[in-house]
Amino acid sequence: MSKDVLVINERVQGENPDLTFELIGKAKEIAGSLGGSVGVLVVGDLGGTDAFGAADRIYTVEHEALSTGYSSQAWEEAVLAVVEAVQPKLVLFGTGTIGIDLAGSIAKRVSGPLASYVIDLAIEGDDVVATSQLYGGKLLAESVLEGDTVVVSVIAGSFPSEAGRSGGSPEVVSVSAPASLASLSLLPGVVKEPDKTGVDITTSELLVSVGRGVGSQANIEMLQELADAFKVPLSASRPVIDQGWLPKPHQVGKSGKKVKPKVYLAFGISGAPEHLEGMRSSEMIIACNTDPKAPIFEVAHYGTTLDLFDLVPEILEKLEA
Amino acid sequence: MKIIVGMRQLADLVEELEVADSEVDIDRDFVKFVSNEWDEAALEEALLIKEAVGGEVVVVALDEPDVDQTLYSAIAKGADRAVKIVGVEEGWTPTRLRAQLLAKWLESEGSWDAFFTGVQAADDLDGQLAGLVGATLGVPHAAVVSKAEPEGSSLRITQELGGGTLAESIATGKVVLGVQAGRQAPRYAPITRIRQAMSTSSIEMFEAPEVDLGPGPKVRKIYPPQSKGQATMLDGDPVEVAEKIVELIRAKGLVR
Repeated sequence: MSKDVLVINERVQGENPDLTFELIGKAKEIAGSLGGSVGVLVVGDLGGTDAFGAADRIYTVEHEALSTGYSSQAWEEAVLAVVEAVQPKLVLFGTGTIGIDLAGSIAKRVSGPLASYVIDLAIEGDDVVATSQLYGGKLLAESVLEGDTVVVSVIAGSFPSEAGRSGGSPEVVSVSAPASLASLSLLPGVVKEPDKTGVDITTSELLVSVGRGVGSQANIEMLQELADAFKVPLSASRPVIDQGWLPKPHQVGKSGKKVKPKVYLAFGISGAPEHLEGMRSSEMIIACNTDPKAPIFEVAHYGTTLDLFDLVPEILEKLEA
Repeated sequence: MKIIVGMRQLADLVEELEVADSEVDIDRDFVKFVSNEWDEAALEEALLIKEAVGGEVVVVALDEPDVDQTLYSAIAKGADRAVKIVGVEEGWTPTRLRAQLLAKWLESEGSWDAFFTGVQAADDLDGQLAGLVGATLGVPHAAVVSKAEPEGSSLRITQELGGGTLAESIATGKVVLGVQAGRQAPRYAPITRIRQAMSTSSIEMFEAPEVDLGPGPKVRKIYPPQSKGQATMLDGDPVEVAEKIVELIRAKGLVR
């Protein structure tokens, strides 16, 4: 049984995500206690090896279907080929699109267990013990993963990324592209960069942000009024965008923008992990949510459980005074 | 195009969730169960495709608390048929079991073009449904889908890669999709239409067959996160709290 840890780099194009280095850092710790080594799978253009200096090995798979765009089927075949070649004890995905896309099918195809939404990992004997966030962060689950190869997907921000960035000279191992890549029925197309038109919420020093707790599109007007009074853009969490109450450029979080204002005012935002990922580095977070157990209060510096509909008009009044 | 939409019930996250005495599940006795919101997005995307190019939308779900409401509501919104997989043990159903049972039903259903479901669910510890259904059936899948548009017999799929970057791919054959958000917010079914669906249509039953669950995480305990109590709570009535908030912002030099 291998004692190696394999990290899947979730990059289709552009920069390698910070999360990859969080995973490499944790992989080093786990591989250290297992007595194994750390590999990182880089699909597509490797660029240079410098970025992955903390790993022992870099695995690459080259094929036309992986060179541009993203086909989850092509990536699945590539990841599977490397997992089968390396036979690691532990496969580490992030909980980004690629982890959500592939962690389950890879686990299924290698007949190993998967724990999702992981925020902590430990080794007990031969087993991996994972702590996962469930129910939008309201509960944690501790589970044991047994087997020759086990898979986890890790929530961004769970581990420091510095440990995954230290220098070294990893060996590059090219794994043969599987024949299945020649007969895909899910073909990669274009990758579109974020829409730069519309509001830019990333440069504002103060953000007024609104979540599901606002209840309806009509109620958003009051928060817009507050944002206008501060002369800053109104931002929002995913449910508000999915409901069509505000356009996509206003979204903070994993699938939206990462923001780091001096002050982030969160109204009616519960603080799902995907949202926290996009705003937890704000200098000061002030949260208003009627649920005292809302996860947002774990990252907020100041909080209130007052109803936003009672509070916002008073803030407006203070500003107008 | 014949699209199957996999739907499910989930504890309402708005409610307080208690850990059961077993310490390995939530206390399900007093929890309200609602339709998984991402499944509603998947249904909406399927209905938009049916409206654009014709075809059929079939919704399928495991028998879970208040699932009939979800299925009849789907019919009221425009689904053609609803199927309930019965005979499943109550409680926290692993996603692997859902995937296996849905795969069995999908095999029995004969021909279909696409299976849509929500991208994730708040308790899918052992994996997200789309990937598991896809891998079980040997059908390609894609998750975090924000758009699925028909192009001839193909589907043009848009996935969110994070940070607003979008990736398109073309499904030229059968496909399984985990939908993050539809092209529009899920439509609303008025209660009168749901009642009408209840009186004019019926839910088909499918007896859950024996399946091999395969390995999964063995849950040792479930517990609420220990509060780090980081937030300083601002006390007072709305006027006082408003004043404190404005003061905090003023201290950062962001308001006069």
